[in-house]
Amino acid sequence: MNFTRRRVIGVAGAAALTAALPGRRAFAQAAGPVKIGMSMPQTGSLGAGGQAALLALRIWVDDVNQKGGLLGRKVEFIVYDDQTNPANTPGIYTKLLDVDKVDLLIAPYGTVPTAPIMPLVKQRGLLLMGNFSFQVNHKVQHDMWFNNSPWNDASSWSDGFFRAGQRAGAKTVAILAADQEFAQNLANGARELAKKAGIKAVYDQNYPPSTTDFSSLIRAIRAAKPEMVFVMSYPNDSVAIVRAVNEIGVGSQVQIFGGGMVGLQFTPNMVNLGSSLNGILNYNSYVPGMKYPGIEDFLARYAKRAAEAKVDPLGFYLPPFNYAIGQIYEQAIAATRTLDHKKLAAWLHANEVKTIVGSIRWDKNGEWANPRVVQAQFRGVVDSNLDQWRSPGKQVVIYPEEYKTGDVMAPFEKARSSK
Amino acid sequence: MIFSLDLLSEALIFGVLLGSFYAAVSIGLSVSFGLLDVPHVAHPAVMVLGSYLTYVLTTYGLDPIAAGVVLMPAFFVLGVLIYRFYYESFERRGTDAGVRGLAFFFGLAFIIEIGLILVFGVDQRSVSARYIGSSLALGDYRIPYRMLVAFGVALVLTFALTLYLSKTFTGRAIKAVAQDEPALRLMGANPVRIKQWAFGIATGVSALAGAMLIVVGPVEPAMDRLYIGRTFCVVVLAGLGSMTGTLAAGLILGVAESIVLMFLGASWAPAVAFGLLLVVLGIRPQGLFGR
Repeated sequence: MNFTRRRVIGVAGAAALTAALPGRRAFAQAAGPVKIGMSMPQTGSLGAGGQAALLALRIWVDDVNQKGGLLGRKVEFIVYDDQTNPANTPGIYTKLLDVDKVDLLIAPYGTVPTAPIMPLVKQRGLLLMGNFSFQVNHKVQHDMWFNNSPWNDASSWSDGFFRAGQRAGAKTVAILAADQEFAQNLANGARELAKKAGIKAVYDQNYPPSTTDFSSLIRAIRAAKPEMVFVMSYPNDSVAIVRAVNEIGVGSQVQIFGGGMVGLQFTPNMVNLGSSLNGILNYNSYVPGMKYPGIEDFLARYAKRAAEAKVDPLGFYLPPFNYAIGQIYEQAIAATRTLDHKKLAAWLHANEVKTIVGSIRWDKNGEWANPRVVQAQFRGVVDSNLDQWRSPGKQVVIYPEEYKTGDVMAPFEKARSSK
Repeated sequence: MIFSLDLLSEALIFGVLLGSFYAAVSIGLSVSFGLLDVPHVAHPAVMVLGSYLTYVLTTYGLDPIAAGVVLMPAFFVLGVLIYRFYYESFERRGTDAGVRGLAFFFGLAFIIEIGLILVFGVDQRSVSARYIGSSLALGDYRIPYRMLVAFGVALVLTFALTLYLSKTFTGRAIKAVAQDEPALRLMGANPVRIKQWAFGIATGVSALAGAMLIVVGPVEPAMDRLYIGRTFCVVVLAGLGSMTGTLAAGLILGVAESIVLMFLGASWAPAVAFGLLLVVLGIRPQGLFGR
């Protein structure tokens, strides 16, 4: 072989260039951690739920790293507080993608903070694991969105409530909804459901999230004499509404009350409100007594860490479903051996995953194909007692049928005095 | 929409109770911003701090309103210290004290908020008392006792402050410093000490307002943000520095909001406060009771 000086320099230069750029970087990245990024409401009205959910995700990160990580690489979890402010989330996710260079994304808890990042992930063709948001993909139609929450459309959420009301003989409804994305999505669905079922809406109001006192609204509902009251509210409002209902009353003709009140699933609120919760029929994701493989072990481990972190001590509502997000990623990555978003999304569309909240399949919109929103009625709750919530009985499951533990108690006034 | 005289009278009752609550949470600001011209945007945060300390005291068995009264002297001292710092750092140094002071008080509000999150977490906190969760039944009417308590506290605060400002020497000096600081200085009084004292009173009153806040509903650390606009609206609507005006402005806002919530469409309620403010300022730029 004829080695000229020019040839040697050329070959050496090309080799150096090849080694220095993409190959070396790919190798460095492969050796580094798998970065998973998200924003989470850790303050503001969803902060209490967000912190509990975050703890569950951290438990999953610890678990998966103990098992060797994903694709043999450790998992690094990057999270920012969005303060329950939807204006913050697009900026946070842009930073996660462009500065932190995360490999995988998880959506913030809640509809309101998630909605603004949907156009971003669709535009960039990224997989987004949803986190207890409701119908944020309904209009965007992003085919790489997968929700972790046990619902699908409005009927999957409200059906159980309306059926219970009809069984109790209710023919009219009052609708009270917060003036924001989640509640409005749900309220629109509820209005359609009511119309289809021939239930007349005798009161229909949206209230602003800054409402201080609900006495006037509850009094107006009482004057409308509805036979069921469907409320869609965020945590702070839910507590104030329950209080106002106890003080003002909604009328003896009301058969059932509740439906979509966020916050009544958070342990501190449940303990604070105590007996004033009795009779309310409200949605939930999990209540003690529902059997899923692995959930009890998770909740026991969660409870220990929650006590140290001073977050929701029981963690029934969000934490298991957030842990499930990790399990979903874990199974999809193990099966596809890649972090490629398109391949992961294709696998998730085609397969069922096993999690601590049961088996999950998704429809083409990325919502649960097998939804199981629980409608449970509070009964026999006493004041200032945390332990009562640990065992079945205080939240009687009315719907869905496969988890049912009792029939709805009506009218509402009677259920309120239940022991 | 359902309308009846019964409903209207209930809307008026709820409005008066809600309005007195708005007045009570704004009255401290009426002193600090209305009389002293200090851009105290941390006023609601100080009030929320009062709510949390009330919560702590109630865990020892104290009644929430009594806890608020107990906290007042400590908050008075806190107010004196805050004003002293504000004066030394900003007011004494120049003409742009207002803008810098605004940044200072925003910073103070954030520090209080973050401090509360670190100590108490982000969960809502509430207190229990015999008058919370029950109501006075008058025929078909149901009036929540907690709102009646707020009404009582608002009346007491308004009349106590009005009497103090008009009948005592220091009270009159506070009014004088608001009207003509150089004249007060020429008479041998120290305007800074008077302002310091007045700011202490405003902050002390915030402790009781904070106790009332947690009586009316659960609180969380970021709740102050909800009240910044509303409290400033009440104070400006009243006419800066008028205590009875603050009560009247609170009542007007409360009644208007209650009627809108009950009859016209709840979504319009936030527009009521600022709509009224715009109309009043258009007609009387000095506010309803301002001179």
